Amino acid sequence: MKQGLDRILFSTLAIVLAAIWALPFAYSVWTAFHEEKYSANFQLSAPWTLENFIVAWQAAPFSLYFANTIILITIVLIANLVLCTLVAYAFVRYKFRWAGFLFAFIMVQLLISPEILIVENYLTLSRVGLTDTIIGIALPYLTSAFGIFLLRQTFLTVPKSLDEAAQIEGASTWRILWNVYVPLSWPVYLAYSLVSVSFHWNNFLWPLIITNSPEVRPLTVGLSVFATVDSGVEWSLVNAATLMTTAPLIIAFIIFQRQFVANFMRAGIK
Amino acid sequence: MQVLFNSTIYAIGTIPLAIGLAIGMALLVNSRLPGTALMRLSFFMPTMLPMIAVANIWLFFYAPGIGLASQILEIFGLPSINFLGRTDTSLASMMFVAVWKEAGLFMIFYLAALQAVPTNLKDAARLEGASSGRVFLDIVLPLLRPTTIFVAVNALINAFRLVDHVIVMTEGGPNNSSSLLLYYIYEVTFRQRDFAYGATLTVLMVFTLGLLAIAQFWLLNRKAHYQ
Repeated sequence: MKQGLDRILFSTLAIVLAAIWALPFAYSVWTAFHEEKYSANFQLSAPWTLENFIVAWQAAPFSLYFANTIILITIVLIANLVLCTLVAYAFVRYKFRWAGFLFAFIMVQLLISPEILIVENYLTLSRVGLTDTIIGIALPYLTSAFGIFLLRQTFLTVPKSLDEAAQIEGASTWRILWNVYVPLSWPVYLAYSLVSVSFHWNNFLWPLIITNSPEVRPLTVGLSVFATVDSGVEWSLVNAATLMTTAPLIIAFIIFQRQFVANFMRAGIK
Repeated sequence: MQVLFNSTIYAIGTIPLAIGLAIGMALLVNSRLPGTALMRLSFFMPTMLPMIAVANIWLFFYAPGIGLASQILEIFGLPSINFLGRTDTSLASMMFVAVWKEAGLFMIFYLAALQAVPTNLKDAARLEGASSGRVFLDIVLPLLRPTTIFVAVNALINAFRLVDHVIVMTEGGPNNSSSLLLYYIYEVTFRQRDFAYGATLTVLMVFTLGLLAIAQFWLLNRKAHYQ
């Protein structure tokens, strides 16, 4: 009897919490798919429309912003995968002077992320003349302390005997990395890539500071320029633009929900 | 000074609340209740959205008159509040947005930890006649401690790192009431072009973060039980 009561209590709690959590997002979706006049009054019979999305898409160069974001995350992801792999490999394979100190030094950067150093990074980039370029947006993120840490931990779990067997067969250091370490770590690469792509798709503060012209703006900055409510843009358009720019991530998440959650978990276990 | 005070309140207010909610969500999603997949989606969705999209959604939610928040107040016969336009509510409104976005991510980490709790420990305790509340407090919670350390450090970093919503929703206003340290650095440096002051504040911030992280790690680690 008590068990049953507990169950009902917990179910109610769960439903209420989930509903509260979904409410702001659901409200935004509702507004985006309806005419402006329904945005403040909720009526079940209100007609659904795609009009807002079409108007929003044409009101700002969103296709350009999409292209910029995709170029940006591609540059960052490739650089991250290559650089973090090489650094992590060096830490795992070689015993060198100051290795412990250097690794601790890299770990400090987990705490002091590039966002916190916006002032210094901006000054550096303006000295070399890379402000207002996509490379400039990508530069502070080309390597990642988190990626190095994650790959180092993964490479440490690769059995030493496999490495030694490959050496006896005469494989070079590069070949061992490519044919032993990398294939054994691919789930971690996948997890890291997912985290990295969603992080850079969403990154806002740094691109906002470093870009001035629409030609290099990523989606998040483009959205904020478009959606400044002071400029008199209608709420339904703001909501439509917001959903539009995040749709790829949301759709990807719904399709890959299971893998995504599992990979996030794996990425989180340190 | 106002900014330092705001940042402190923001960190103290959001971190424990987000962690508490995340543990609760993880327990609910991990239970054998119906509809857990839908619940997980609902809790995790805000994490997927960019902070700037979250800010737009909440800007609309808080909007006086047409936003859902003031409509709900109206149903209960209360006057609508301009949440973001008042010095006494703007910071709390920002904190709520941050908790909404972060809790789902932390839930995932707790979910992973919960699934790693050995069931035989729980069964043994139940055989001894422990209530489910006691099982949670004495067995599950201590085993979650390493996760809590990890999540708390991350939450701390995020509390200082993420200010996108401040830029979009209030620009630190009204009267600096919702300005956070990193936002203030941004404003001083890139709006008022005072690079020297911005750099000084950056040093202060790095120093504070380092001290806080050491303190937090020490505090949580001291009480950790490892098996």
